[in-house]
Amino acid sequence: MAIILPGFIVTLLLGGILSWIVAKQSHLYARWISLLTLLANFIAIIIIWIQNMKSPASGSSWILNFSVAWIPSFGINFHMALDGLSLLLLSLTFFLGILSVLISWKEIQSRVGLYHFCLLWVLAGITGVFLTMDLFLFYFFWEVMLIPMFFLILIWGHENRRYAAFKFFIFTQASGLLMLLSILGLYFVHGGQTGIYSFDYFQLLGTALAPKIGMWLMLGFLVAFIVKLPAVPFHAWLPDAHSEAPTAGSLVLAALMLKTGAYGLLRFIVPLFRDAAMEIAPWAMAIGVLGILYGALLAFSQTNLKRLVAYTSVSHMGFIMLGVFSFNEVAAQGVVMQMMAHGISTGALFILAGMIYERIHTRDIREMGGFWMKMPFMGATALVFTMATWGLPGLGNFVAEFLTLVGVWQVAPMLTILAAIGLVAATAYSLRILQKVFYGSPVVSMELTDLSFRERIIMGALVISIIWLGLFPQPVLNTSIEAVNVMLHPNNKVEASVLPSLKTGDAFSLREKGGSDE
Amino acid sequence: MSREDLLNIVPLFILTSAAILILFSIAIKRNHKVIYVITALSLLADFIFLVTVDTPAKGIIEPLFIFDGFGKFNFGLILITALALTMLSYAYFEQREERKEEYYILLILATLGACTLVISKHFVSLFLGLEILSVSLYSMIAYLRKRKRSDEAGIKYLIMAAFSSAFMLFGMALIYYTTGSMEFGAIASYLAPFSKLPLLMIAGLGFLLIGIGFKLGVVPFHMWIADVYEGAPLPVTSFIATVSKGGIVILLVRFFLQINGHQYTSLVVIFSVVAIASMFIGNLLALQQQNIKRILAYSSISHMGYILVAFLAGGSLGIEAVAFYLVAYFITTVGAFGILTTLSDSQRDAELFDDVRGLFWRRPWTAAIFSAMLLSLAGVPLTAGFVGEFYIVAAGVQGNMWLLVIILVINSAIGLFYYIRIISIMSEKQEAIDRPEVTLKPSVYFISGITIAALVIALFWVGIFPDRLMTLIRFLIFS
Repeated sequence: MAIILPGFIVTLLLGGILSWIVAKQSHLYARWISLLTLLANFIAIIIIWIQNMKSPASGSSWILNFSVAWIPSFGINFHMALDGLSLLLLSLTFFLGILSVLISWKEIQSRVGLYHFCLLWVLAGITGVFLTMDLFLFYFFWEVMLIPMFFLILIWGHENRRYAAFKFFIFTQASGLLMLLSILGLYFVHGGQTGIYSFDYFQLLGTALAPKIGMWLMLGFLVAFIVKLPAVPFHAWLPDAHSEAPTAGSLVLAALMLKTGAYGLLRFIVPLFRDAAMEIAPWAMAIGVLGILYGALLAFSQTNLKRLVAYTSVSHMGFIMLGVFSFNEVAAQGVVMQMMAHGISTGALFILAGMIYERIHTRDIREMGGFWMKMPFMGATALVFTMATWGLPGLGNFVAEFLTLVGVWQVAPMLTILAAIGLVAATAYSLRILQKVFYGSPVVSMELTDLSFRERIIMGALVISIIWLGLFPQPVLNTSIEAVNVMLHPNNKVEASVLPSLKTGDAFSLREKGGSDE
Repeated sequence: MSREDLLNIVPLFILTSAAILILFSIAIKRNHKVIYVITALSLLADFIFLVTVDTPAKGIIEPLFIFDGFGKFNFGLILITALALTMLSYAYFEQREERKEEYYILLILATLGACTLVISKHFVSLFLGLEILSVSLYSMIAYLRKRKRSDEAGIKYLIMAAFSSAFMLFGMALIYYTTGSMEFGAIASYLAPFSKLPLLMIAGLGFLLIGIGFKLGVVPFHMWIADVYEGAPLPVTSFIATVSKGGIVILLVRFFLQINGHQYTSLVVIFSVVAIASMFIGNLLALQQQNIKRILAYSSISHMGYILVAFLAGGSLGIEAVAFYLVAYFITTVGAFGILTTLSDSQRDAELFDDVRGLFWRRPWTAAIFSAMLLSLAGVPLTAGFVGEFYIVAAGVQGNMWLLVIILVINSAIGLFYYIRIISIMSEKQEAIDRPEVTLKPSVYFISGITIAALVIALFWVGIFPDRLMTLIRFLIFS
C-alpha cells in the first residue's frame, strides 16, 4: 500500500513524458493524458482519505510510510510518509492540478506537449515536497519543482516573462541553497552527537542543538521557507512571477507552491528547531502582521488584476506566519485551513483573471467594468471568491482566519488586533475588484461570452469546495489535527497517543489543553 | 623492475606507443578516419587495461611514480574524457580544411602528460608531465592556423605557460635548496618537525603555487583563460577545461596532502583567498560576457574556486568531494562543449548568443541537452553537478569552513543567472533570418550524437544514482 507514495510521483513524471511524446500526434492526447494522470492520483488520494476517516491509524499520526535506501554512503533514504497534513495538501495539489490542465485547454496552443510536461513535473516536485521525510530528498524535490516552473513562466508567460522567470528562479534557488547549508549543518551535528549520519527526518527530530547553532541552522531553513511563502521583505519575486505566468502557472504558484513554504514551516522549523523558533517567534509574528497589512495596502493600489491578486496572497500568507509562530494548536489548525482555503480562493481568482484575459486581452482593471451584465455567471462566481478573500463567514477563508486569530490572541493580543485590521483592508481591496471589474458601466464595447461549459465546471468545482470548507471544516480539521499536534509537541509522545480520542471532538476543546501546558 | 611495476606502467606505454604508431601511420598515408580509429582504440584499450588488469593496490616506482587508488581513478577518468573528446573531435575536424591528422598525436601526448601528473610524486615527473601537457597544448590551441584568434590564443597560452613554468622551476629549486629533496615524501618528512614553514620554503611554495595557479586559471592568474577558451578549437577548449585542469588539481591535492599543508595557516589563508577571489571574479565577469565560450571560461574559473573549497576542507570527505566533483564537472563540461561542437560550421565555432537563439524550436533535443548541461553547471538537482556541489558543500560544512561555504552558495546563486540566461535565449522565439543550417555528414553526426547521448546518460545517472560512484571513489581512495 505504501508503494502508492512514490507511485504518485512516478505517475506524474511518466505522464509528463508521455504527454510530451504524444503531443506530436495530437494536442488533445497530451491534454487528456495529463488530465487522466492527475485524475487517477486524485481518486487514489481521496480513497486513502476516506479509508483513513473510517479507520484511522491508531497510535500514530502517520498513515503510510515508504522507505528504501538511496545513497547509503551518505545515509540518504528515499523515505516518504503520509500524515494528515500531507494528505490534505496532496488532495489540494491533485485537485488544482486537474483544474490547471482544464484551464489550459484553450489558453495554451503552442508547444502543448512541453507545456504539459512542465506542468506535471512541477506537480511531481510539489508532491515530493509534501511527502518526503528525508531532508536531502526534500531539498532535491524543493529544487526539482523550480525548473519546470521556470520554463512555464519563461516560455508561456506574458510580456515581461523573462524578467519574472529569472527573478523567481534566483530568489528561490538562492534561498534554497541556504537551506541546504542548514540541512548539512544539522546532519553533521546529529552525526557528531550520535554517530549515525542520516538525513532522515525522524532521526534528526531529537537532535539537541546548542542555542547559537540551532538559531543559525533554523535561519537557513527559515529563509528558504519565507521566501517561498513569501513573508514581506522577501516577497519581491512574487508579484512578477504571478502576474507574468500563464494562468495555470499562476494557479500552481499561488495555490500550491506558496504552500510548500507554509508546509516547511510547520513540518521542519517547528519540530526540528523548537527553541530557536520560539526565540524568534515575536519577530516572525510581527513580520506576519506586517505582511498582512502591507500586502493588503499594495493590493489596493494595483491596476493589474493579476498583480492585485498576487498581493492578496502576500497578505494572506501573513496569517500563516502569524499562526505558525504562535505555537498554538488552534492557530496551527487555522494555518492548515488557510493553506487549503487560500489555495482554492486565490487559485480561483487567478483563473478568473485568466479567463478575463482570454476574452479582452488585458489585465488592466482600468479597462474593465460592467462585466456582470455581459457575463453574469462569471460575475457570480467572482462574487463568491472575493467574498472568500475578505473572509466572509460560511466560506473557507473565514474559518482559517478566525481559528488563526483565536489561537494567536492567547499569545499576542496586540498583534491579533493588528492582523484583524488586515481583514478590513481585505474587504476594501476585494470590493474594489468587484466594483471595478464587474459593476459600473461597461467600458469595453466588444461582445463578451459568458463562461463556457468547461469553465463552468472549473468554477463550479471551486465554488463547491470553498463553500464546503466554510460550512463543514470539521473533516479537514480532523484529518490534520494529529499531525499538527505531533509537530507542535515533537517530544511529547504521550500526548500524541492520547490525541485520537479528541478526534471526534471540537477543535476548540484543544484550546484549554494547549493553554495549560504552554 | 618487478612484474607489478611493469604492469603499472603499461598504461603510459600504451599512450606513448599510440603516439608513435599514429606518427608512422601518417607517414604512410594521411587518412583521418584511420588515425581517428587508432586514437580512439588505443585510449579505449588503455582504459580497459587499467580497469581490468589486476595490479596491487599500491605500487611505487621510485622515485618518480606512485600508483595508488587515487591516482588510478584519475588516470582512468582522464583517459575516458580524452576518449570522449576524441569522439567529438572527429566530427569537428572532419569539416575543416586544415590537415587534421597531427591533432591526434598532440591529443594523445597531452593526455599522456596529464596522466603523468596524476601519478607523479616527484618534481621531475611533475615537471615532465606538465611540460608534455603544455607543449602539446600550445600547438593544439593554435591548430586551426587560418583563424586569427587561434594564433592569438596559442601565442598567449605559450607565453603564459612558459612564464609560469619558469616560476614553478624556481619554486622547485628553492624547495630543493631548503629540503634537499625533490620527492614529495622526503619534503614532507623534512617539514614534519616544523610548526611554521621556513621562510625559503614559503617562497618556494609560493612560486610553485603561482605556476599551478596559472595552469588552473584561478584568480589572480586567470587573465589568459577567456581568450584562450575563445580562440582555441572547441574540442581543445574542453580539453583544457577538463583534462589539463583536472590533472593539475589532482597533483595539487596529492602534494598538499603529502606535506600536510592544512596545518600551515599561511598556506590555508593563501588558498582561501584564491578560492574566494576565483569564485567571485569568475562569476561576476561571466555575467558580463556576450559569448558562450567566454561565459564557460569564466564559469570554469569559479568552478575551480568551488573545487578549492573542497580541497581546503580536507579530510577524507574533502578528497572524495574533489574526485567526485571532477567527474561531474568533466561530464558536464565535455557535454556542453560537445553540444557547441555539433552546432559549429566549417567557418567558425558556435559561440555567440545568436547561434543558439531559438534553438529550442529549431533543434529541441540539442537545446534540451545543452540546458541540462548548463543546469548541471549551475548545480540543479537531477544532474551530476548537483551531487558534486552537494558533496563540496558537505565537505566544507564538515570542515567548518563556513565562510567559504557561504560564499560558494552566494556564488552559485550569481552563477545561476548567466546559465539560465543562455537557456532563456535558447527558448526565445526566432522570427528573423535563420542562419543557414550546419551541414555535416550523417556519420559524423552519429558519432558525436552517440558520445553526447552517453554523456547525458552519465549526467543523469550520476545525478540520480550517485551511490555507485561514491562507493567506488571511497573504495579506491582508501584501499
